[in-house]
Amino acid sequence: MTRLSGGLIDRNTSFSFTFDSKTYTGHEGDTLASALLANGVRLMGRSFKYHRPRGVVAAGSEEPNAMVELRSGARTEPNTRATVAELYDGLVAKSQNRIGSLAFDALGVNDYFAPFFAAGFYYKTFMWPRAFWEKLYEPMIRRAAGLGRLSMQADPDSYDKGFLHCDVLVIGAGAAGLAAALASARAGAQVILCDEDFRLGGRLMTESHRLDGAPATDWISSLEAEFETFPNLRIMRRTTVFGVYDHGIYGAVERVSDHAAEPGDKVRQTLWRITAKRAILAAGATERHIPFADNDRPGVMLGAAMRAYANRWAVAPTKSAKDPIAIFTNNDDGHRTALDLMSKNVPILGVIDSRENAPRFGDYDLFAGSMVTGTKGRLGLKEIEITNGGTASWHRCAALGVSGGWNPNVHLASHHRGRPVWDDTLLSFVPGADGPAGLIPAGACAGLGSTAKALADGAKAARTALSELGMKAPDIALPDAEDMPVSQADFWHVPGKKRAWVDFQNDVTVKDIVLAHKENMKPVEHLKRWTTLGMATDQGKTSNVSALAVMAELTGKSIPQTGTTIFRSPYTGVSLSVLGGGDTGVNFRPRRLTPTHTWAKSQGAEFVEVGQWMRAQYFPQAGETDWRESVDREAKAVRKDVGLCDVTTLGKVDVQGADAGEFLNRMYSNMMGTVAVGKVRYGLMLREDGFAYDDGTCARLGEDHYVVTTTTANAGLVYRNMEFARQCLWPELDVQLISTTDAWAQIAIAGPKSRLLLERVVDEFDLSNDAFPFMGCAKLTVCKGLRARLFRISFSGELAYEIAVPARYGNALMARLMELGSDLGVTPYGTEALGVLRIEKGHAAGAELNGQTTAKMLGLGRMVSVKKDSIGAVMSRREGLASDARRLVGLLPVGSTERLMAGSHLFAQGAAQTIETDQGWVTSACYSPHVGGYIGLGYLENGDTRMNEEIIAANPVEGSEMRLRVVPAHFVDPEGERLRD
Amino acid sequence: MLIPHPLLGLRDAQEFTYLGDANLMNRPDPNAPNAEAMFCDYVFLRDNPAGVHRELWYHEQGDRSWLVVTRNTVTHEILGAELASDVALAHREGSK
Repeated sequence: MTRLSGGLIDRNTSFSFTFDSKTYTGHEGDTLASALLANGVRLMGRSFKYHRPRGVVAAGSEEPNAMVELRSGARTEPNTRATVAELYDGLVAKSQNRIGSLAFDALGVNDYFAPFFAAGFYYKTFMWPRAFWEKLYEPMIRRAAGLGRLSMQADPDSYDKGFLHCDVLVIGAGAAGLAAALASARAGAQVILCDEDFRLGGRLMTESHRLDGAPATDWISSLEAEFETFPNLRIMRRTTVFGVYDHGIYGAVERVSDHAAEPGDKVRQTLWRITAKRAILAAGATERHIPFADNDRPGVMLGAAMRAYANRWAVAPTKSAKDPIAIFTNNDDGHRTALDLMSKNVPILGVIDSRENAPRFGDYDLFAGSMVTGTKGRLGLKEIEITNGGTASWHRCAALGVSGGWNPNVHLASHHRGRPVWDDTLLSFVPGADGPAGLIPAGACAGLGSTAKALADGAKAARTALSELGMKAPDIALPDAEDMPVSQADFWHVPGKKRAWVDFQNDVTVKDIVLAHKENMKPVEHLKRWTTLGMATDQGKTSNVSALAVMAELTGKSIPQTGTTIFRSPYTGVSLSVLGGGDTGVNFRPRRLTPTHTWAKSQGAEFVEVGQWMRAQYFPQAGETDWRESVDREAKAVRKDVGLCDVTTLGKVDVQGADAGEFLNRMYSNMMGTVAVGKVRYGLMLREDGFAYDDGTCARLGEDHYVVTTTTANAGLVYRNMEFARQCLWPELDVQLISTTDAWAQIAIAGPKSRLLLERVVDEFDLSNDAFPFMGCAKLTVCKGLRARLFRISFSGELAYEIAVPARYGNALMARLMELGSDLGVTPYGTEALGVLRIEKGHAAGAELNGQTTAKMLGLGRMVSVKKDSIGAVMSRREGLASDARRLVGLLPVGSTERLMAGSHLFAQGAAQTIETDQGWVTSACYSPHVGGYIGLGYLENGDTRMNEEIIAANPVEGSEMRLRVVPAHFVDPEGERLRD
Repeated sequence: MLIPHPLLGLRDAQEFTYLGDANLMNRPDPNAPNAEAMFCDYVFLRDNPAGVHRELWYHEQGDRSWLVVTRNTVTHEILGAELASDVALAHREGSK
């Protein structure tokens, strides 16, 4: 055990957890990383490429190495950083990216082949033989590379998304963030304070600095007590603001129950969309390391992280608390780690400072003007080599803290293509002035990293935000805090021949950068892609700036001249589950149920998704073993007796106004508006580019009142286009539109006995052919007083009606019609039979109106009126469209009972089957119980003049061919007598 | 993004459907001698500037207004939003 004194852990609450099946104990307040360190576990993972043994490097979300598979079974979460995994009782974690045990990883041999895995190896090797790439090389590389594995099971937890609005969003609850939140909340503004940690305080928790002479946690506690009193302040712990979006919108993930084994009745995580008038970015800074030979052994870590583990979690990153620790630094701040460790009685080997004139801050061995030039210890650091001038010496050392200066966390301030700017004094990038509007960086992320400066800058940022919002900022008393200037050397890496890691997670070394430079991959974007620097899950938080410095050194340019990469969201990884926000499975998109859904379900209907709609596909009856049996029975019943089908899903648009008729004439290619009151007319709609778009009927219910229908698929789009035409093209027309698709349940009653059945529900309405002929429409009442609309239209080609009642009566009307028609053989039919019936009649549907066909091709060329303008009319006459000679025809297999496949292409007999000789395609095909075989519809070159010719339908995908005879596009009642009967 | 709807105030862009260049409101005269060429331009050619752009947005999940939104496509700054019907009517007045 390497627990030290103090810390923010609750020693009275112990948690048991396992890592690689071994059981350990930690405390409440621990992270998985701190608890493992406390148990003397330093080896936590293997590196990406070379499978080198790795330990924890950082103490926060920037961690590149200590990544584990957290939890088990379906809840397994790969690539979880142990440094931010909050410990809970029963936590289960496994190391990853290994074959065999973590201590003996079979792929560790990769390390011996390191010369083959240099920068760009992926692009240079495995080139030959070519066929080996897909079958051998790529699977091999993919198996060897990569980190954790997915469980391959569905995520059992639920996720949510939510919307929040505030005046001031404070991102980060360290010194600057707390001061900003306090000032903003006291001013009465609506404030949200987010921090990725489970405790407020940021680095105040990990440093030994005192505030007003007392531990910083005292001040934090008093603030938290005051925060409780603000109804206008929302504190969101465990919440990462991961991205800045337009107009003050911020994306955040709240890990609601990641700190429990199972979420219970809570969601696992919530995706928040926060709209903030102003945001204060108090995201702090991330320490960088100094690459030197073999700097990636477990036990080598960031100096400030070492300090954080000692101060907040009371652990030393060693096997035993008696093992000596050394510090390697190029700046004053590194010395603090030595002082803090000494105050906890940790033995210190010394501070190795690259500066000749390194200052001394305490009673420790100071190696001024020295560097660490090597390490030993296969699974954990044992010795380090210290070089001063030309003299090198090896020293026993169990852990090494490396402090290379601080990089302000400029990420969010650099979204929206904001470019960070170089600060020569701080030797780091700070937020530029061109960052996202309304976002004010404060504290360490703005380069003001001393506690006193961070507190003051947080308060100042709040004043700026509040005054911009027209609010008065109160003066807040800030505690006295340290304000030590930090002197730092412009020293970026230790020169040498051995590998010195820059990017731990993606195994990028200084040598790789040198090689990239040699191979002319100098621009930072090329460098990144050639070496994969900064492309791992940590996005190079601890490596990018150091790599730029190395490249700058090689090119002789300055670091800002070398460039920065563009920062994009997310700041840290966001799971796809939470981005989905629970929109999975049946909730993936809205599901629309027809007004007769409940009834259809009670009848045992099979349902099919039609866009968002769930429609009854067919109604299997007892004894039917195949869907075709049901569909054939339903289709036959319609032609023989009477069938019922819910057709609510077809779009309905109510068009009213003095100019409604004129408006419809302009929307439809034919004269739609002149239909007489009480009549229905079929209409064709074109796109403005001249292609056929949609079809439907137009019923004129009154002088200024029309109802038009659209296809199911285009219901929303046609309505949108109609609104576009009404508002943007012809606002002078007196016309109003409303979609009534969902308002009316519409049922098709089709078949020779449909009139008989309908007579039993209408209230004193004359349904005789004279009184209510084909293409008639009326408002009436049914079932003793229920208002309804009746249309005598037919998609099946039989005598047929469509009746509409208010949607809530859909189920009841269907049940009533079934009951009243039992002696007539009434049969419900689904979309399959509907399709069979319309193909038998040659009626166009989605497959024929696929956006590539013209009115002429449909045989509806005369429907494009030349007497008036309408959408698409001009373009429909352009040569390319007007000359298209393909026509809709019927197709009958000759001498074959095989299934005819829609999508097959049509060729002349004996012709080569090429694109040049292609004569069209089969649009729709089905088995017709009335023809007694397969039938099809298709577009065929000059099809209207090729009746009875035999052609070939080729299905090259399945390598099949079929001989077809060209016939008229109606297989049943060609004269159309039945529907007028 | 937030779009300042002239009737409803700031509304989230998720409520809207985007169409594009507001020039789509200027449908050519179908009776012009070169109508086909003009329609070809109208249907197939759009400006796609990096900078200030007038574009059509449809408040589909809202009041179903078509808006003409003036937006900087580089910064996403929104400089104004008008009802498309107002714009179309004003245009007509202007061309008389």
